[in-house]
Amino acid sequence: MAAKFDNSIVRWIDHRLPIFSFMHHEMHEYPTPKNLSYWWNFGSLAGIALVIMIVSGIVLAMNYTPHVDYAFDSVERIMRDVNYGWLLRYMHMNGASFFFIVVYIHIFRGLYYGSYKAPRELLWMLGVVILLLMMATAFMGYVLPWGQMSFWGATVITNLFSAIPLVGDQIVTWLWGGFSVGNPTLNRFFSLHYLLPFVIVGVVVLHLVALHRFGSNNPLGIDVKSSKDQIPFHPYYTVKDAFGLGVYLIIFAGFVFFAPNFFGEPDNYIPANPLVTPPHIVPEWYFLPFYAILRSIPDKLGGVVAMFGAIAVLFILPWLDRSPVRSGQFRPIFKIFFWVLVVDVVALTFFGGKPPEGWYVTGARIATAYYFIHFLMILPLLSVFETPRQLPKSISEPVTGGGAGFAGATAAAREKV
Amino acid sequence: MADTHQGETRRDFLYVATAAVGAVGAASAVWPFIDQMNPAADVLALASIEFDTGTVAEGMAVTVKWRGKPVFVRHRTPTEIEEARDVPLDELRDPQTDASRVIKPEQLIVVGVCTHLGCVPLGQKPSDPRGDYGGWFCPCHGSHYDTSGRIRKGPAPRNLVVPEYKFVSDTVVRIG
Amino acid sequence: MIARIKTLAAAGLVASALAVPTFAVPAQAAGELEIAAQDWSFDGIFGTYDRAALQRGFQVYQNVCSTCHALKHIAYRNLADLGYTENEIKAIAAEKNVTDGPNDEGEMFERPAKPSDTFVSPFPNDNAARTANGGALPPDLSLIVDARKGGADYVYGVLTHYKDAPADVKVPDGMYYNTGFAGHQIAMPPPLFPDGVTYGDNTPATVAQQAHDVSTFLAWASEPNMEQRKRAGVMTILFLLIFTGLLYATKRKIWADVH
Repeated sequence: MAAKFDNSIVRWIDHRLPIFSFMHHEMHEYPTPKNLSYWWNFGSLAGIALVIMIVSGIVLAMNYTPHVDYAFDSVERIMRDVNYGWLLRYMHMNGASFFFIVVYIHIFRGLYYGSYKAPRELLWMLGVVILLLMMATAFMGYVLPWGQMSFWGATVITNLFSAIPLVGDQIVTWLWGGFSVGNPTLNRFFSLHYLLPFVIVGVVVLHLVALHRFGSNNPLGIDVKSSKDQIPFHPYYTVKDAFGLGVYLIIFAGFVFFAPNFFGEPDNYIPANPLVTPPHIVPEWYFLPFYAILRSIPDKLGGVVAMFGAIAVLFILPWLDRSPVRSGQFRPIFKIFFWVLVVDVVALTFFGGKPPEGWYVTGARIATAYYFIHFLMILPLLSVFETPRQLPKSISEPVTGGGAGFAGATAAAREKV
Repeated sequence: MADTHQGETRRDFLYVATAAVGAVGAASAVWPFIDQMNPAADVLALASIEFDTGTVAEGMAVTVKWRGKPVFVRHRTPTEIEEARDVPLDELRDPQTDASRVIKPEQLIVVGVCTHLGCVPLGQKPSDPRGDYGGWFCPCHGSHYDTSGRIRKGPAPRNLVVPEYKFVSDTVVRIG
Repeated sequence: MIARIKTLAAAGLVASALAVPTFAVPAQAAGELEIAAQDWSFDGIFGTYDRAALQRGFQVYQNVCSTCHALKHIAYRNLADLGYTENEIKAIAAEKNVTDGPNDEGEMFERPAKPSDTFVSPFPNDNAARTANGGALPPDLSLIVDARKGGADYVYGVLTHYKDAPADVKVPDGMYYNTGFAGHQIAMPPPLFPDGVTYGDNTPATVAQQAHDVSTFLAWASEPNMEQRKRAGVMTILFLLIFTGLLYATKRKIWADVH
């Protein structure tokens, strides 16, 4: 059903550049499963979070000086003298944490409901690329205020690359532009920090194109069978996303206005000093699980490999978990292991913030080992041995009839795990 | 979907109310992003400067920096003041009496930016050319200003701008 | 119903996961730090800076702390927040000299500070500061409340926990025993004494009072815009609550035919 526009100017434009037809199709006609829960709000929230970061970042960049002698002071000038500067800076600072909160929930939603399974493998992998770009952007962004944590976090993480055999040291010198983290490093981090968010926008566009190819997954994990299972995106999900945005903004405003330094480190209010290392170098909270994995391996290169491996494992997930049943709702054993994974990631976050002493070391190692066991052993085994519950016939008829289950025929013959 | 007329009105009112509240919210949210480009507090703090005209001897002139621009403070001689007052207004491209351009007649304070295209006119130093009217001469395109800083010859359209100023003591002037 | 409970439980789990990093803070150095929570006028969502305390605290800073500690992110004009008039601020600024220049002869010269200048530092640079203080660097105090875990409580704690060292602890020369400071030994001699400062408003200048006032002043110095922030926060969240309520009603209305 093509759109017909009343306004002649709109028609003139649309005939030459079909932007209005495109919007009409994607919003009014694009069929969405009618049973999406609030766990499906987090994709649009991530998009809004990205916009907030870009807009606040651009105005901050109008007032920031990317030079080691001026950076810290320019941020203080923003906080004290620039009109509403304190608000823009706190929005950007807390916006980063909220962006990661939203994306992590979005990822765990995907893990639980099998959104990474065929035919959405590429959609999932593009998402992992977005996560990697976010991590690079956030890492470089944290260096810009040039506080103690900015400097020492940059030093520790860039030093990791020296673990690469043969060319490691040259690569680190190349990254630094010198013999330690210094002004060349700060300047290039500013340039790249400004660039990468727009690369993220590009990958998000690809992510949405891939999404619209087959449409959204849904809590039941079964394919849409007919138009009875669907509703147009607008107005149903536009209004639901708007409501979700309202709730998000309330919580966001709560932190920005009343606890703006909750997610931060006091040490970053001390100007960077290359001669004094803070007693405990801690990255921002959203890096803590990866930091814990990094430190769990006693070997430097091994730690780096494990840390990147933790993300690599997400990339290949569609091929690790081959169960034809998508949604955790119908996979009783998978469901338990999913929650164990959540606890494991929380544990890794906890250990990442602790000094590597005493029982914290053992705990972090166990949590690291379990993380890889979950993806590399448990999921593949579950795909083979788990007996899923009976799937409903369709989204509109959630009450299951007899014998029409999805994996019924082969599952009955297997042992329950 | 059948709806009573009342139901439709109620539903429409809700949508209109939500959209209106949303618009107010959006406008309030946009304002900080626009206002942050306005001069910040440290820039505004330098919007006024104080200068002691007592340091300028008669016949001499000093250039002071104000809001990033040069300001000429000239301690005029009685001859220069006479000359400025004697000019008939119909000879002026931008008619202004000398009295309207000064608070104390011996202290002429004007912004040293040519009103043609923005160069800084010469005439502050004793060795500078002062043009045909004893004031200032702009070397860029040949504008001549008189001892009241008024344009007399050349392409400039207006007199040298007199900034807002007041004397906070007998000799100390606050500009801006 | 069960789905709702599960959703809330999951949200709770995520929320506590977020709270976990707050406890995952660096372990204290040897010796427990005594940081007791104080009552501050600026606590809470409606907190404000007590102007009288700010002025007294500023007096303490000027008379005691500014001998060694800089406050370079505060300009004299910022003292308008404390309630001082323009002339009072000009007078406060003019008490100190600032190096300006070069003049037309190419020389640097001294002139009295103006309201637009930032607070004059006691030392020209860190090396000079260290030399004057036995190798220890008195930190700039502009952000001290933000730069320490515990904030104003911590600053108050350091100022009020100078004690005699227990018999088994050896305190070297030039150091002082303080249970509010990491490692329990601090290079700063006790800065506050009863009646060390004579308050303009005749408040009794006990050590606790001086510590309270200067901590309030330093909290303001770390974040002069706090009151504007909290005011804007109250308005923003009230607005958002109304707006989100309207959005929820709209959502229910639109979804009525699907449910």
